[in-house]
Amino acid sequence: MSVDAIVIEHVIVMVLLTLLIVVAVGIIILNDLLTAVILSGLYSLLSATVFVAMDAVDVALTEAAVGAGISTIILLGTLSFTKRVQKPQEHNNYAALIIVVMTGGALIYGTLDLPSYGDPNSPANSHPQLAQHYLTESQKEIDIPNVVTSVLASYRGYDTLGETAVVFTAAIGVLSLLGLRRRRRKEDPLLTDKQQRKQQNEDN
Amino acid sequence: MLKRNVQQRHRVVQVITKFLIPMILLFAFYVQFHGDFGAGGGFQAGVIFASVFILHGLIFGEARTRLVLTPNALRILMSLGLLLYAGTGVVSLFLGGNYLDYSVLLSDPISGQHWGIFSVELGVGITVAAVMVSLFYCFSSKRNFVGHISHPISESELDSDG
Repeated sequence: MSVDAIVIEHVIVMVLLTLLIVVAVGIIILNDLLTAVILSGLYSLLSATVFVAMDAVDVALTEAAVGAGISTIILLGTLSFTKRVQKPQEHNNYAALIIVVMTGGALIYGTLDLPSYGDPNSPANSHPQLAQHYLTESQKEIDIPNVVTSVLASYRGYDTLGETAVVFTAAIGVLSLLGLRRRRRKEDPLLTDKQQRKQQNEDN
Repeated sequence: MLKRNVQQRHRVVQVITKFLIPMILLFAFYVQFHGDFGAGGGFQAGVIFASVFILHGLIFGEARTRLVLTPNALRILMSLGLLLYAGTGVVSLFLGGNYLDYSVLLSDPISGQHWGIFSVELGVGITVAAVMVSLFYCFSSKRNFVGHISHPISESELDSDG
């Protein structure tokens, strides 16, 4: 990659990250919850673009589909449980602000010790059993062109099993709180009698 | 009268959605089964697959979507996907390998890996799709969040659908 291309990529990532901060501040400031939900979708879309710029297309696809798509819809659904405008704060909670700033500062301080992005000498990249092994041996051992898939599904199969279990458990939690049952019959003018009977049979 | 007007206003969206649904489904299958060669995999495909049903629910009303994909079916699919994943591990255990070691699934270790990855990705896809659709059902069924642009389904339509 030429020097120009690297500079341009840096500029693109910096612009995207700045936009992320602007959107995040917007979400905090706004009292209108509907706008905040739309902005959170925009936030996900911007992060997906950042991931594309970092060549992590698999992650970008997930972020765009889950973050910008499904989460926005579900948050909009959540809005129908509550009001559209946030309740005005009666007092300023400075203690919360201090805690948040301190936690954020600690997290930023923690990132200083992380290896820089794409560093070939970082422990994960230089360990012979990890990235090096995956990149050099996965074609021989698994023979799948997309190394991400071989790492995700085969080398790190336990992690993915755990992730699937987490998704499953989250759904169980939501189902036990909200339930999959349909609204009561009188509240639902949409359905004909026959359909209501069919749905009731299915629910029971 | 008002309801009818709203319904007519959304007619274009409804027709466009009918065109889009098969294409999105096809794309979901592409992302699922092409994940070995390009970007994608079970998780992404599951979400895209679920988005078809969510789109259908938003445009035609969640009541109709529930007739296509019933909550009971979702509960079964959700568990089935996770069982498929964990079951692949158990099968490899019985065939003398480690848990989730796909090399022992077939006589050729490479094809064993291929089929193992195929199977667990399918499991992830089924679980994620079912979970996303049921989350949508949960949140949309409580209030009139969706369905206001749809119209009651006639008896004859229900019969033709089976």
